[in-house]
Amino acid sequence: MSVATPAERARNPWLTATAWRNLFRDRPIIPLTGLLLVLVLVIQAVQPGIVGLPWAGVILRASVPLAILAGCQVLTMLTGGIDLSVGAVASMAGFVTATFVNSPGGWVLGVAVALSAAALAGLVTGVGVGVFRVHPLIMTLGMSFVVLGLANVWQLQTVQTGAGVPDPLRWIGSGQSLGIVPNSLLVFVPLAVLILLGLRRTGYGRLLFAIGDNPVAARLSGARAWQVLIVLYVVSAVLAAIAGLIVSGLSNTASVSLVDSSVLPSVAAAVIGGTSIMGGRGGFGGAIVGALILTVLTALLTVVGLPEPSRQILFGAIIVAVAAAYTRVTAES
Amino acid sequence: MTTISTDMLLEATGVSKTYGAVVALKSASLAVRPGEVHALMGANGAGKSTLVKILTGAVRPDGGTIAVRGRERTVHSPAEARHGGLVSVYQEPALIPDLDVRANLRLTETPVEPFRHWLAELGLADLDLSSQVRRMPLASLRIVDLARALAIEPDVLMLDEMTAALPANLTERVLEVVGRRRGGDRSVIFISHRMIEIAAVCDRATVLREGETVGVVDVTEGSEERIVELMLGEIAREMPAAAGGRATGGPGAPGAVPRLATRGLTSGVKLHDVSFDLYPGEVLGVVALEGQGQDELFDVLAGSERPSAGEILVDGRPVSLRHPADAIRAGLVYVAADRAEALLMQRSVRENIALPFTARIRNWGPIDLGKERTTVDEAVARLQIDARAGGEVRRLSGGNQQKVTIARWVAGGVHTMLCFDPTRGIDIRTKAQIYVLLRDLAEAGAAVLLYTSELKEVQLVCDRAIVIFGGRVVAEVAAADADESSLLRAAYNLRSDAVLPEDAAAETVAVEPAASGQPAAGAGGRQPDPTDAPREGDR
Amino acid sequence: MSAVTAPAEAVRAGRGGILLSWGRRNAWTLGLLAFLVVMLAFTKMIQPRYGPIPVQGLATSVLPLALAAVAQAVVVIGGGIDLSIGSMMALTSVVAATAMEGQSAEFGVAVVLGVLLLGLVLGAVNGTLVVVTRVPDIVVTLAMAFVWAGFALLVRPAPGGLAVQWLKDLVVGPIGNEWIPRAAVALIVIVGVTWIPLVRSRLGLSIYAIGSNRLAAFRSGVPVGRTRFFDYVLTGLFSALAGLSLTASTGIGTPVPGPYTLMSVAAVVLGGVSLAGGRGGVFGPIVAVVVLQLVRTDMTFLNVNTNLAVVAQGVILIGVVMVGSLIQMRRARS
Repeated sequence: MSVATPAERARNPWLTATAWRNLFRDRPIIPLTGLLLVLVLVIQAVQPGIVGLPWAGVILRASVPLAILAGCQVLTMLTGGIDLSVGAVASMAGFVTATFVNSPGGWVLGVAVALSAAALAGLVTGVGVGVFRVHPLIMTLGMSFVVLGLANVWQLQTVQTGAGVPDPLRWIGSGQSLGIVPNSLLVFVPLAVLILLGLRRTGYGRLLFAIGDNPVAARLSGARAWQVLIVLYVVSAVLAAIAGLIVSGLSNTASVSLVDSSVLPSVAAAVIGGTSIMGGRGGFGGAIVGALILTVLTALLTVVGLPEPSRQILFGAIIVAVAAAYTRVTAES
Repeated sequence: MTTISTDMLLEATGVSKTYGAVVALKSASLAVRPGEVHALMGANGAGKSTLVKILTGAVRPDGGTIAVRGRERTVHSPAEARHGGLVSVYQEPALIPDLDVRANLRLTETPVEPFRHWLAELGLADLDLSSQVRRMPLASLRIVDLARALAIEPDVLMLDEMTAALPANLTERVLEVVGRRRGGDRSVIFISHRMIEIAAVCDRATVLREGETVGVVDVTEGSEERIVELMLGEIAREMPAAAGGRATGGPGAPGAVPRLATRGLTSGVKLHDVSFDLYPGEVLGVVALEGQGQDELFDVLAGSERPSAGEILVDGRPVSLRHPADAIRAGLVYVAADRAEALLMQRSVRENIALPFTARIRNWGPIDLGKERTTVDEAVARLQIDARAGGEVRRLSGGNQQKVTIARWVAGGVHTMLCFDPTRGIDIRTKAQIYVLLRDLAEAGAAVLLYTSELKEVQLVCDRAIVIFGGRVVAEVAAADADESSLLRAAYNLRSDAVLPEDAAAETVAVEPAASGQPAAGAGGRQPDPTDAPREGDR
Repeated sequence: MSAVTAPAEAVRAGRGGILLSWGRRNAWTLGLLAFLVVMLAFTKMIQPRYGPIPVQGLATSVLPLALAAVAQAVVVIGGGIDLSIGSMMALTSVVAATAMEGQSAEFGVAVVLGVLLLGLVLGAVNGTLVVVTRVPDIVVTLAMAFVWAGFALLVRPAPGGLAVQWLKDLVVGPIGNEWIPRAAVALIVIVGVTWIPLVRSRLGLSIYAIGSNRLAAFRSGVPVGRTRFFDYVLTGLFSALAGLSLTASTGIGTPVPGPYTLMSVAAVVLGGVSLAGGRGGVFGPIVAVVVLQLVRTDMTFLNVNTNLAVVAQGVILIGVVMVGSLIQMRRARS
């Protein structure tokens, strides 16, 4: 029983547990940002002086690819799907581009080929999910095998020509302007704006939510899910490829399994950001904060000297805890 | 544990249940004497099924008490209810599709010998216990479910529309078995829409209306009238002379082209050779008992399913509806009774109303938010939707939810609206608003096809009505003649002047085998197109 | 088909022989088995020297994945999914190898029992979280995949440890006839003492029931939450067995999860277990694992780029599922 009368509650929305619950449910990005700030404060407390503009630049630079990959998960999860092929597609894109560094077409051709290959993979995935109704988990899993295998074949074909991360990618991935601003933001900010606006203010974005929330209702309203899904998985694959290019620039390596380890964290970032794997609920803003939280957390754990394994354990625990909290607050009373 | 002195076998008092904003049961009471067959009656959405689910522990009530043999008790799960002697046979058989019959028996710890005995009594003596449930016809499954329930000799056996989907010979057996349980120590609660069956096997009847018990009737000669009266209630009297005058449109206009016409429309085994005309400016009622093919008719017209034969004409031109999008393009918009089927529950009122606009591929681009707001606000105002909790549609009341499903189409301007029982399970005020709206739409030149399970609505809203029975149009009634009793008679396919004759039961059930060819998976009444249903594997 | 004739048909099926209905129910597995035989024949054809030794090697190398597939099948049949199987394998494998290193054979027995117990505990944690938090199982087990893998790395940051000899002997080499690999016998014994009694038990029935139709199961009196919990516990147990077999076949413990989680999902789907739950068994997935491995082997023999084998596995997975869903769609439409 709450003591506050409705009038009191209206005056002070912070009074009740319900208000907090509603905040968490309707605007998860606010408590998440709070959590992020707390983490930053903790890291500052543990190692005073570490937090500063250069540090922020490093964190941002590391977060960008993860945030893009989380975007892939957000978009697919909104429709009740998931994209487990982002790791393979991203690695493939970075690697393929690297193999073109010595070719006449140069890195531009490489990027073009990489993005086209990714789009093709996404198209096949989309047809499988949208037209043949293969479960997205299976479809993207199978596609990741195919992409990985083909990338390996490509590796053998191009072993003599040599490979290297082209300079422009290095500039984008690991370069900084004005000393602190990561260049990858040049790619990320427009992309993020596009995704955020696309989800909120376009018919297509609305349909992603609609199909995930209630496919029958979407169909009865005249939506053809297969069209939406095909486009969705192409978009997801292209986003993954862009993330892969940035990762290869950031790490200055090109390998066919470079980004594999980011698949699960990308799902984690999306889930922490408030996107439901059941579809129909979530957004990219939360996922960006989710990616930042994971990156800062990693940094924090490194600072306190917690080994990698403990970090993983904590990651997992956080995902379960956050997902459980979301499930609680969004459940119908 | 309270002990109430009573000679009742089962006594439920003041049982209530709310699902979110939807009130399923307000205050239901039910008292069953030992050795009686007790009918539980009520229109769709009156709360019969919810009450049965509560009695068998499948659903927890919000309030009220349940006492068995005078001892109050709380039933937490179906397993517990089973052990306490309360067993229900649901409309969808509670059998596991991927297991065989024998495994299903083991799962419920049902002894095989009594089960076989009852199976034989029910006319399925030679059933192979190793047949897989998935491959068995619905009629057999319902019999198996019943035999399984009988095999543990429950104190109270609840049968929810047991005879629906049964062929005549099996129905007879079931009624015989149920009838034989009278006078003993155990009781049966019998839910059925078939008066003739109620009269044949039941001792008393409890009538529910809008989640409340409104009367208990001794079933004797002529008590049908009383039951029907109770079921229908005072709705019409409470209704503000909603509809107003009849529309001027309709078939009377010379040389008028019907907005929507069907010719020989057939779909599977449920719908045969249906032809009718729907003119601009008219509301055409569709009257049918449950499961007479009206679901299939609306599915076909809404583009959800393809007809197996026949033609659909819009403004005189034949159209092919392969997807709901085709129907919408042809101006046929569909308002479903099942709001869970029509709404994006986690999304806002605004997104729900705007959904048909965004669904079109050419509207995938940026949305003109200002224009959208204007359109949506107009629709919200016109339907008087209380959208204060509009951030998520699931937080709205049932009536407001239903208004959202209608507003979605009203916002874009209506040519032809297909309404499938749009007032099911919503409050009277909202019902009245919907009647007025439908009339207004018709006045403005739209054509409305309205299936309703509340017969009173026909005279209130419709210009005329067609009656469907066994998948065929069996009568057409002008609104003036569409009083409930004649509609009910027509719906039972009886001659308009005849009293309900004895052989009506046979006639009613004779057409039912149509339903029995369906696989078990299709048992739950309206099934959305499987290809677009939420994919099972999604987690 | 009308209701009146249906019982008669059921009778006919009964008279026609239980064999027929058994065959129909296991058509997928039988088909896979036939395909496996064809593959073996084909392998022998392209590589005439393919004999008992490679068959033994095949069995040994397939064993961990086969058990992982069994683990996944058990949970998928119950309508769930477990993405932490690979991590649970890694954890149990390193625990076993680390605890056994330099110890006596007798102590090894204790370790094996302890590791099996550990598997039960891991599964119980997964199951509790899935049931209590109501978070979709795919998210919970994905997160737990991190957790268990983290613990594995804490136990042993790098591959190492040593399995006791008798454990290795269980899965390497032949037994009796040179054509009978020990690994295959071990698999048969494991499945024989766990799966077969399970399917016949009430728990087994309940698992099929909640996977097949959760509502009907609930109404039939199946305790849905408890059954799901035990389903995950069983998956934990089989994951531990898979982890032990990994240690046995390689002799060491590896803390980094292999591709087992995703491969187990693939094998389960190929093996005829519906991702929607309720259908299939563990034999199909086991055969599917062998087939997938043979595809790889054959491609090596044919001098095809081994990487194309990965592609082939992906294509087979997608292709089979697509065909399966096409058949389902057609059936739904008719």
